[in-house]
Amino acid sequence: MTTHPLRKTDPALQNTELFVLTYGALVAQLCKDLQNDEDINKELDNMGYNIGVRLIEDFLAHSDVRRCHSFYETVDVISKVAFKMYLGVVPNVICKDPAGDEYSLLLERNPLVNFLEDLPDNHSSLWYSNLLCGILRGALKMVNLATDVCFVQDRLKGDKETEIQIKFLRKLEGSKLMGHK
Amino acid sequence: TLPFPMADEVLFEFLHMEMITYVYKSLGQDDQSRNNLSKESYGTNTAARDENRVTLTLEHGKCISVLEGMGFRVGQGLIERYTKDTPSFKDDLDVMKFMCKDFWTHLFRKQIDNLRTNHQGTYVLQDNRFRLLTQISGGKQYLEEAPKFLAYTCGLMRGALSNLGVTCAVTAEISVIPACKFQVVIQRT
Repeated sequence: MTTHPLRKTDPALQNTELFVLTYGALVAQLCKDLQNDEDINKELDNMGYNIGVRLIEDFLAHSDVRRCHSFYETVDVISKVAFKMYLGVVPNVICKDPAGDEYSLLLERNPLVNFLEDLPDNHSSLWYSNLLCGILRGALKMVNLATDVCFVQDRLKGDKETEIQIKFLRKLEGSKLMGHK
Repeated sequence: TLPFPMADEVLFEFLHMEMITYVYKSLGQDDQSRNNLSKESYGTNTAARDENRVTLTLEHGKCISVLEGMGFRVGQGLIERYTKDTPSFKDDLDVMKFMCKDFWTHLFRKQIDNLRTNHQGTYVLQDNRFRLLTQISGGKQYLEEAPKFLAYTCGLMRGALSNLGVTCAVTAEISVIPACKFQVVIQRT
């Protein structure tokens, strides 16, 4: 693999507008095509998954993260390095269970909703940013971790927090990119 | 031009690809559906075969249309943000120069490589290394599919220009991947 220079993650250099507005247009199109929020959530998750399985290579090529030795380390990297690199935000990580298999990412600020005030009408069950869950699930799959990733709260829905839950399910066979020991 | 794409560019590029895949799938134009329809196009019944071929083409046009329409609305939104502190433009050429330099740089971190005009409302903008094509192989079968990778950007341009008071049609063509040309034809009222 060619070595790429580490990316500068200066927020001032980041230009997520095109991505954020494009995402908005995509969600709007999905709302037109699919009436059922469940279907839209699922479609966003699938699309995210397809992105995640490819994004992981870009991530590993442009960051100097070392092999993680626990699921906590993995989630920590997701929050401090990956989210920072791609979205310019660092979510807070909280542990949801004593065994250390379940964590939550709390987004103080969600760039995907920068230009959005409310959920679209008649879509109160929509997890607007569900693409992110798919991306995480796809990316983690490529480092041999089967996970369950979903939104459990969204400020856009009127909840107190915007919270993504990541649950470790099991290790997968085969070393595709960077395995976990 | 930065040699390696920045993180946010990569995110957009992946989203753009998924968006195209989704639109084609949602209109029954994904590979599986098309293969089924193509098989029917090669039957002995010429009328049915021709109809299927026309259907394939029309549906492809619908997909392009949907992508272009999405781009249009986003283009309108983007230009608002990009021209907050910009003084107003003298004329259409001024607007097009802005599109080639500032707008293109905002979108793709590079400028349009070449701008030509017939001074009668038609402009051709050439990008020798269009970022959304750099991931695509230059093989012949991709050349046929290439319009779908340009539709959204055509919409971005048309939407941006619309908000700048320029009503136009925007089309694109590819000669050699990853170079492409965008043609803007301004409609006189």
